[in-house]
Amino acid sequence: MATTKRTVDVQLSTSGLDAQGRPQRVPLVTDESGNVMTLDTPPGIEPELAGDHMLINLGPQHPATHGVLRLVLELDGETVVRCIPHVGYLHCGFEKIGEYRQYNQIIPWTDREDYLNSPGNNVAFALGAERLFGIEITARCTVLRVMTCELSRIMSHLVWLGTTCIDMGAFTPFLWAFYQREAIYKLLEDWVGARLTTTITRVGGMAADVPDGWVDQLKHFVRTFPKTLSEIDQVVTRNAIWVGRTIGLGVMSPDEAINYGLSGPMLRASGVAYDVRRDFPYLDYETYDFDVPIGTSGDVYDRYLVRMEEMRQSIRILEQAIARLPDGPVNIDDHRVVLPPKSKATSDMESMIHHFKQVMEGPRPPVGECYVAVESPKGEKGYYMVSDGTSKPVRWRIRPPSFVNLSAIPKMVEGHLLSDVIAINASIDIVMGEIDR
Amino acid sequence: MNSSAPFTPVIAGSAAAGSAPATPKNVSHRGGPESPTAGALRERFGAAVKRVDVVWGETTIVVDSRRLSEVVSWLHDEPAQRYDFLVDVTAVEFRDAELPIEVVWHVRSLPFRRFLRLKVLIEKGQKLEVPSVWATYKSADWLERECYDMFGITFAGHPDLRRILMWEQYREGYPLRKDFPLRGRFSRSEQLRQALSANPEARYSMDELSIAQAFEDLPDEMRRRLSEGEKTGE
Repeated sequence: MATTKRTVDVQLSTSGLDAQGRPQRVPLVTDESGNVMTLDTPPGIEPELAGDHMLINLGPQHPATHGVLRLVLELDGETVVRCIPHVGYLHCGFEKIGEYRQYNQIIPWTDREDYLNSPGNNVAFALGAERLFGIEITARCTVLRVMTCELSRIMSHLVWLGTTCIDMGAFTPFLWAFYQREAIYKLLEDWVGARLTTTITRVGGMAADVPDGWVDQLKHFVRTFPKTLSEIDQVVTRNAIWVGRTIGLGVMSPDEAINYGLSGPMLRASGVAYDVRRDFPYLDYETYDFDVPIGTSGDVYDRYLVRMEEMRQSIRILEQAIARLPDGPVNIDDHRVVLPPKSKATSDMESMIHHFKQVMEGPRPPVGECYVAVESPKGEKGYYMVSDGTSKPVRWRIRPPSFVNLSAIPKMVEGHLLSDVIAINASIDIVMGEIDR
Repeated sequence: MNSSAPFTPVIAGSAAAGSAPATPKNVSHRGGPESPTAGALRERFGAAVKRVDVVWGETTIVVDSRRLSEVVSWLHDEPAQRYDFLVDVTAVEFRDAELPIEVVWHVRSLPFRRFLRLKVLIEKGQKLEVPSVWATYKSADWLERECYDMFGITFAGHPDLRRILMWEQYREGYPLRKDFPLRGRFSRSEQLRQALSANPEARYSMDELSIAQAFEDLPDEMRRRLSEGEKTGE
């Protein structure tokens, strides 16, 4: 990778120079006007000085590893020569457990893998199971699921933004981001009663229709959220420290990014315009008007820009979804898959039988298999399900985007400084629950 | 904002001119339209393509294990296919023990917006070994390690095939195999005994400990074992 030189107009509250007139942070250089900074990529591995390489163990219990990730780093001075990641500390065998559960019973497990994106996972799983059952969901359900997915994306990106700011030494955006995240949690709580582990979908529909007045609350959120986003944007995007700590780090070229299987904002920051919503659409995403932002350098700064823009695009999608939300039933009218209302189960013989058969035996999809992918905030999240005609899947495979994205970390950190490992690791947006499953 | 643009953007679907993808509706269970890749593969590889299924709109191609590497690198390089994105590597074992274990590769062609499922069937009694696709797709690194970890399938040609989610000293077997009980193979007391008797020095693998300075600090015993080429820290 040739060294790239990027210029970003940064805003400094001070001149960026100390009392002796030297730049306060080494990579920053001011020009005459005092606000244009040219930043070089950090130098590669320096010529080896006398001395041994050092072994540094980062994690598993380290706040900057976003969970229980452990990186064993071989250092030459302060430069990372080799990185050996260790994962699996949170492994709890979700895929194995799924083989012993009926389809609707698996949905709570999907909450707990990528726990920052629980509603999105629920939707992804329900879509997969519906393909396997051969079900077409109702129009209202489709739009509600789009809202769920986009709220979930904003929620996950806000956590990413907040925690990454903390990693880089900025505390205020964290509070602003989490305040807005709380607003989304409030919406989810009003809808299904849970905040983190939502279990918001069922095979063939949703857990519930949205309560009265919910759409108005969503409209309020859609109206107010862009203000917070632009505030964070003003504080962070041209902040000299932020720019100095993110530019030129962990660069992946487009071809490398594809070959390493990166997906989501990681891939798009590398200049590859691939978005599952656009290229393999689901939930009628092709009928929504939104842009797929891509980066130009594939570094940590671009990943930040891409995620910020994705949140704005999510707001656009939410606005369109609110405008088109149709009336009508949420669940499909097929009581072999969806439970009839409880009142009917106690008054109507057939409904009682449906209740009994569904709870005791579970719905049975035909023999077959399917892979259904959605664009989760982390990347391409897919569920591969194989059915042998019984009510429990033979195989339920999660395609974890963070797992594949993280596998490229040795490639990204080698040659960078130890302190940059934190920034690069943060930029991947890992959730260990999803990596270890 | 960014003055220099060293990358040429890659647009997915750029080779599939004029086709606007849409949400699949009313997908038929079996026998939908076959992916155009299936025909091209049959023509190019003949008998190595053992079977082509279309299930729920997705084309599955069962290939001969011996020619898998060839098929995968052809799919990756052929200008009319360009399957450049490896989505997933996994395996399926059925509850019926007589059925073969299937190793599954999901690949996408970003330029043509295509999706393909490749399968290799390992019949009962055969060695659980398939070729690695790491040489073509670097993303196969961890995915193959996970598949090995969970199913015990060896990927010949993988540069560093070791357990990934389970720890290196894990001796209970391969968790996603159907003969592996949900609660694990060892009893709780045995699992506890093993956990308590684990050597806390085994935090680093032998490979990591060989990194210069740390090597000097090792107990004599570990240095001796390391010099004999031992890989894991037990």
